[in-house]
Amino acid sequence: MSILKPDFIKPVAIGAVIFAALAFLPSLVDSYYMSLAISVVSFAVLATAWSMFSGPTRYISLATVVFFGIGAYTVAVLGEVLPFPMVLICAGLAGTVIALLVGFSTLRLAGVYFVIFTFGLTELVRQVVSWYEVNVTREMGRYVFLDITQNDIYWQLLALFAVLLLTGFILGRSRLGFALRIIGEDETVAKHCGIDVTRVKVALFVLSALFMTLTGAIMAPRWTYIDPVIAFNPMLSFQVVIMALLGGPRRLLGPLLGVIPLTLLFEVLTANFPNHFSILLGCVFMVIVYLLPGGVVGLYEKYRAPKKRALATDQNAKSGGNAA
Amino acid sequence: MNTEILLSISGLHKAFGGLIAVNQMQFDVHRGEILGLLGPNGSGKTTVMNLISGALQANEGKVVISGKDITNLPAHKISHSGIARTFQLVRVLPDLDCIENIEAGLAYRTKPLWGDAAQAEALALLERIGLANQAHTPAGDLTYIDQKRLELGRALALQPKLLLLDEWLAGLNPSELQDGITLVRKLKNEGLTIIMVEHVMDAIRSLCDRCVVMNAGAKIADGTPDDVLSDPEVVRAYLGDSHA
Repeated sequence: MSILKPDFIKPVAIGAVIFAALAFLPSLVDSYYMSLAISVVSFAVLATAWSMFSGPTRYISLATVVFFGIGAYTVAVLGEVLPFPMVLICAGLAGTVIALLVGFSTLRLAGVYFVIFTFGLTELVRQVVSWYEVNVTREMGRYVFLDITQNDIYWQLLALFAVLLLTGFILGRSRLGFALRIIGEDETVAKHCGIDVTRVKVALFVLSALFMTLTGAIMAPRWTYIDPVIAFNPMLSFQVVIMALLGGPRRLLGPLLGVIPLTLLFEVLTANFPNHFSILLGCVFMVIVYLLPGGVVGLYEKYRAPKKRALATDQNAKSGGNAA
Repeated sequence: MNTEILLSISGLHKAFGGLIAVNQMQFDVHRGEILGLLGPNGSGKTTVMNLISGALQANEGKVVISGKDITNLPAHKISHSGIARTFQLVRVLPDLDCIENIEAGLAYRTKPLWGDAAQAEALALLERIGLANQAHTPAGDLTYIDQKRLELGRALALQPKLLLLDEWLAGLNPSELQDGITLVRKLKNEGLTIIMVEHVMDAIRSLCDRCVVMNAGAKIADGTPDDVLSDPEVVRAYLGDSHA
């Protein structure tokens, strides 16, 4: 791959400048807004990582919180034993191993079976962790007292998001990323083109899970107390799906367009209607699926597409004319 | 004619529940020939194609290409051993443009092409199948015949030794059919070996060196087009007893 081309360098340079500017946010705003910023960036990582796999393949995964929770729990268990970078590496390894197991055992499932499996997996993992805590360690719930400030969490998440976007950008121009798009279009054709579809799907599922796990690990110190019900709350998986679908999961920056408005909306809803949050979340989900099936990106492309296609036909006519 | 055997099928058997779709099929394909696979609807032709290409798994039997046993290998490995195909119901990648559809065939073959080299090769292939002026059109927007051309282009991009055409000439109007026949003959002259499932008799008579006829999952005739088409057994299979 040619890394030194201008159409590679330019977007990466622009991205680097934006992220460098965002790194100064803590010196500009107070802690309430920092907390909001952490929510936005963490959901941005989760929704973008989710879309990396689910966008092209159209496999709807509800396992986001499985990996997020594994990351958070790794920090709860190892946080005071190992230095924090080591803890992150352990979390990443744990998430990768689980994702490999889940990937190889389930990616042969298609459609609704995959959705149900990933949802069931959340419950399974939560129950296994609960069982272990009750019967082996004999303490339900753990405290996370680490010397990590809110600003540290923000910077770590921002760095993770930058790495994720760069990964997604490179992936989008790689053979692996192209293979995933072909699989999303027609899996049978993909196989007959020589693509080992199981391996491609597992590779992307693991990559996506790795970023989810690291998000959970980075977010853990924010809570000070976690138990299985908090760490493996299935609501998180649904929120990520809604955000990605609202934004548009088939473009790298699409999910971000869903994350920003919905994180703000959830903030308003939890503050003003704490008891009706789930109902309102369900309504938001339905409205999005009915009104914006292709997400914000899809809406944009719908209004831009006729122009682009007309242009293509013009060019075709022109080159056809030249040929004649 | 070259008598070297490229593909050899023996004892091939496939059942879907109680229905035996392919029953002890056996035939050879010689290098450089066009073999017609004929038979009434539901006689198991497409199932044989699917068993060869790895889209389905056989219950029994053997598929050997160039001496290599490829029976029941996953489809991507069969593709790597030199077999490419088109589908009975045309399958393009609808949201990708024509160049990308061809690149799908180039990027994962045994000697993969990627980047600028793939783009140049894809354009050359589009030129060859007559779609060069549609390079940036999404495949889903193409007409039926153009989608068929594109699907063939994707199969050719894999640089196969053996090409499986499943009713590739079906549904074309008379002038498109002549174009199609010319294109297939050109591929044969370039040395490609082809198995074609076909109902269009003009195409069979003008293209096929040899025909295998199936009925109810089993082989009932094997020979030159003229011989098999006048075989009483074949006539009975197509038209019923009173015509035989």
